[in-house]
Amino acid sequence: MTSIAAKNQQGQVQSLWKLISDESQPYHHILRMGFLAGITLLFLGLIGMLEAFNEREVIRDVVTLAQFVLFVPTFAAAYMAAQRIREEQSIGMVLVAATIIGLLSAIPTIVILLINTQVNIRDMFVHVNRDWLEIITFDNRNQLGLGIGLLLGSLGLAGLLGAVLQNLPQKIRRSVIFGLSLMLVIGVMSETVGLIMQEIFTDDFLDNFFKRDTLLLNSAIGLFVFGVALIWVPDKVRRSFVFGLVVAMVALGLRNLLLAIDSLTSIIPTSEEGFLDVFLYFLLPFVAGFAGRLYLEYGSRDSNKAKTDTKATTSTGRPIRVDLIVSIAILLVAPWIVGRALSDVMVTIGIFVLMGIGLNVAVGLAGLLDLGYVTNYAVGAYVLAVMTSTGPLGLFNSQEGVIVNFWMVIPVALLAAMLAGFVFAVPVLKMRGDYLAIATLGFGEIIGRLAVSDALAPIIGGAQGMSFIPKPELLGFTLKDPEQLYYIILVACAITLIVSIRLNNSRTGRQWMAIREDEDVASAMGINVAQAKLLAFTISAATGGVAGAIFAAKVGTVFPNSFSVIVSINVLSLIIVGGMGSNPGIVVGAIVLIGLPELLREFSDFRWLMYGALLIWMMNNRPDGLWPSQVRRRELIGDDSSPPADESPMMASE
Amino acid sequence: MTDKPKVGAENEAILMSHGMTKRFGGLLAVDTLDFQIPRGSISSIIGPNGAGKTTFFNCVTGFYQIDEGDIIFDGQRMNGKTPDQITRSGIARTFQNIRLFNNMTAIENIMVGQEAHLKSSWIGAIFGSPFTRQENAESEVRARELLSYVGLAGKGDLLARNLPYGDQRRLEIARALASKPKLILLDEPTAGMNPRETAQTTEFIRGLRDDLDITVVLIEHDMRVVMGISEHITVLDYGRKIAEGLPQEIQNNPDVIEAYLGRGAASKSKIEVSRVED
Repeated sequence: MTSIAAKNQQGQVQSLWKLISDESQPYHHILRMGFLAGITLLFLGLIGMLEAFNEREVIRDVVTLAQFVLFVPTFAAAYMAAQRIREEQSIGMVLVAATIIGLLSAIPTIVILLINTQVNIRDMFVHVNRDWLEIITFDNRNQLGLGIGLLLGSLGLAGLLGAVLQNLPQKIRRSVIFGLSLMLVIGVMSETVGLIMQEIFTDDFLDNFFKRDTLLLNSAIGLFVFGVALIWVPDKVRRSFVFGLVVAMVALGLRNLLLAIDSLTSIIPTSEEGFLDVFLYFLLPFVAGFAGRLYLEYGSRDSNKAKTDTKATTSTGRPIRVDLIVSIAILLVAPWIVGRALSDVMVTIGIFVLMGIGLNVAVGLAGLLDLGYVTNYAVGAYVLAVMTSTGPLGLFNSQEGVIVNFWMVIPVALLAAMLAGFVFAVPVLKMRGDYLAIATLGFGEIIGRLAVSDALAPIIGGAQGMSFIPKPELLGFTLKDPEQLYYIILVACAITLIVSIRLNNSRTGRQWMAIREDEDVASAMGINVAQAKLLAFTISAATGGVAGAIFAAKVGTVFPNSFSVIVSINVLSLIIVGGMGSNPGIVVGAIVLIGLPELLREFSDFRWLMYGALLIWMMNNRPDGLWPSQVRRRELIGDDSSPPADESPMMASE
Repeated sequence: MTDKPKVGAENEAILMSHGMTKRFGGLLAVDTLDFQIPRGSISSIIGPNGAGKTTFFNCVTGFYQIDEGDIIFDGQRMNGKTPDQITRSGIARTFQNIRLFNNMTAIENIMVGQEAHLKSSWIGAIFGSPFTRQENAESEVRARELLSYVGLAGKGDLLARNLPYGDQRRLEIARALASKPKLILLDEPTAGMNPRETAQTTEFIRGLRDDLDITVVLIEHDMRVVMGISEHITVLDYGRKIAEGLPQEIQNNPDVIEAYLGRGAASKSKIEVSRVED
């Protein structure tokens, strides 16, 4: 092992590469995984990711996110290697191999560390600095020997643990992974979680678990144990528990909602100390939900199991219906659970979900790769801005007696975007695949140029953009806060979703699918391909227009730089990450790609890197997305029910 | 465009052409072809590989626009019409290499085949209008009927790609039938089938004409099939018609024998070299 390090240092990269890449070498896999993990680790350091992640503590005074991330490549590499070689090797060999992977993964970083003591490489790699050194050496940068030893040891241990975890029975493995993930997620999101809990729990009480928005060690251990336990309890209990939690959240949200409406505040009981709140709006609904669900889940047990099938279906049918009701309830009160800052993020996510559903009509259903989706978004936003702005550029601003509000403009924005979609679709009707993508990409750029152009500046403000866009009003309320705007986007998403689903299941949807599958044959079936494509582009555009208008109303200003090609790429990426053609996938994709970077400032610096890495990983390992649609699943995995291979008599009618 | 064909004499022929020519660059794929397909007949088009048979189909169905001449279907001039218009006027086809919508179910494939007769609009679909729902339901019922007609009952919800080869051929025919055609063009319907399946398919094709009153045109290499069911045979070679007539006449035609045997055994192979060449 040391000889390999020596080789590396001597620059005999070629022979090393040969060793790694030659499949006939018995240990090439181990070497390769160790090498890959090591390069990844070094890379994370050199680009400053470790440094940035070091700012966020997962567990207060114990471990930062950087220290967590430090072990991830090694752990994953050892885990994967163990998965691969466990068939042919004894358990002892697997563990040794994993440890070697761990040690190997430290080497590239150590090499740079050693070079850094001789040569100043900071000119090239600005992130080779004190912070990085401290993370890598576990705060022993002055005793480099000790630091390197610690790094080697801990990474070796990480590799070993990866292999051990891989070799554990499945249920233990699952529970450990879940426990760790729960701890990590709550630890990283502790700020958010703390904000939510602050609504009812007193600060003194919360200080037992969080200190200055960071998880404390004992609560982290508690979370881990809790996560592990959650996997071990029976399914029904786990479901009931989650259900109870959701019910409690709904109760909490309702309370906050009522508190927010002045005239209703007095109706609901609250107390300064918070004990009453905790009991009424958290514990009571939780216990009620938990117990109620348990009763539902186990209700069928009392009645004789062997009775009838109908009994079984009703008892499983009821929880599903209850689930649906609770899901809708939590969607309805969501902004009041999570507070203002998160509501703002949710509105942004919602805008992208809306665009995702819209673009999905073109890309997912009709197979038209549209990279110029931002066009429609921009049209919607500018139409709203021009028509409602109270600034100097507002079209109806100077006219007395003319009242144009948000609600009137939404249909106009929708129609305008449809028109834009139609106009831009006409020239590209004959194009397919890559050519279509490039052409639409061009359209997106055209819109960007138009928005900043001097020619249109008198109307839409050019580079200065437009401001003074009033917030929507409804029944005398001004929907000025994200908590309220959330409902607009929720309704818009719901309507769009219904339209999308209905179209998908209709003749139109089948036309689109046929065009996606084989345009020539679709046309031979009597489908007017041009018309169907135009429709897909136009409907897709309409959604983009509405999303743009809501965006403009939310922000209150419209600047040309909000409408770059990045928006199109974002929307397309979230569709791909979520799962092409899958509506729940769009929501998942939007949360991952839009929500996470908004929530975690550290991540947002590396947003595009993570985008890229995620997309590559997805395309390799989960090409059907995080939440694949049924069709897509069938497409990639093949139907489970293999067709009967019997030779049925040819045409039954004969 | 040459002289306008006289309508009126077409009562006998459901499909005919005058001086039909299709060029690919310098290659004359179809060369001033005059042909007639009698209404209610089962006709075959045969010829060595690259004779222009599939090109002929592609011209008739609007996949290719012909360079010269006229195509008359059911008394109407078809020149310049798009594939969907031609399908709507009553010509359906299958493909030499099966071209189903692979990631759609069998039923969905057939429902797409009904396009020519569906009237509901996307607006109706969005608002769930009674007409749309009714049409959708009827369409599915008809699709299931067709599915069992071709012997695929119970396989409607399988993806087309997951069906065995023989079933895919049947499904393609069912999809073509869904447009209620007056004329169906079958491009090598028995390719890749064993003798038993070939015999079944032959019977099935006869049934299309006898039971459903559809005029059938086949491209086929299997001479037993061709001679067994054809009432009218057209022989193409290098894009030109070299013979036409009843099976017995064709069998004894010296030009045909030369076209086939003059080029050795390869001409009887069922493998087409390429679609463009064909």
